[in-house]
Amino acid sequence: MHYITPRKTAEGLGSAHEGTQHHWAMTVSSVALTVLTPLFMIVIARAIGLSQEQLLAYFGRPFPALITALFVIVGMIHFIKGTRIMIDDYFRGATRKAAIIFSVIFGWAVIAAAVYALARMGLGAIVVL
Amino acid sequence: MADVNRGNRPLSPHLQVYRLPIAAITSIMTRITGHALVAGILLITWWLVAAVTSPGAFAAADWVVRSWLGFIILTGSMWALWYHLLAGLRHLAYDAGYGLEIRQAQQSSRALIAGSVVLAVLTLIVFFAF
Repeated sequence: MHYITPRKTAEGLGSAHEGTQHHWAMTVSSVALTVLTPLFMIVIARAIGLSQEQLLAYFGRPFPALITALFVIVGMIHFIKGTRIMIDDYFRGATRKAAIIFSVIFGWAVIAAAVYALARMGLGAIVVL
Repeated sequence: MADVNRGNRPLSPHLQVYRLPIAAITSIMTRITGHALVAGILLITWWLVAAVTSPGAFAAADWVVRSWLGFIILTGSMWALWYHLLAGLRHLAYDAGYGLEIRQAQQSSRALIAGSVVLAVLTLIVFFAF
């Protein structure tokens, strides 16, 4: 006989004991992105039209490099967690698993590529100095 | 058993003939803009990686960025960013318990559409003026 009511399992973090963290992570990253997004737009708008040499020097500077790195990292983590909700809503079984795995790998691949490019540009600037 | 109360139950909307309320449209647009932004970030990341790869790789990526296709992707992404940002602010307000009445949701939906378009046009004006 059960003496524990269903309410007991649903209180606090809920019966699944997860989901609250996901929601909170989305809240924190969304607040960060409200600041980063306009700054990233400015950084990219100023970069479009530059020659390759000018572009390397431009992203060798701290402000464009840091804004771009932060936007891509925070943005893609926000993306991974956001797609997860979409996948959970629309897919089931093996398709859902494959979609989640693809989304996480894709997100981190974009982060790695952008950080690699920024690191190369930054190191180039140091070598010039 | 199967015939009980058949004509009086709530029905889920048949999406092909049901006109979505504006709050539903702006809600699904949040998800669509968020996912569509993949195109913009891929183009920008490709462009950045190409810049540190070789002059030929950069020339190809830069050509796409400056082409009409790049203009459409980047301008669309810029609007999608504004839309998704404003929709995110609305979600923060929802979480704090504000704007949950139907009338308020309709008003914020209209503000969302108008605000994102205004911000996108302003961004384009600033971009081409400076």
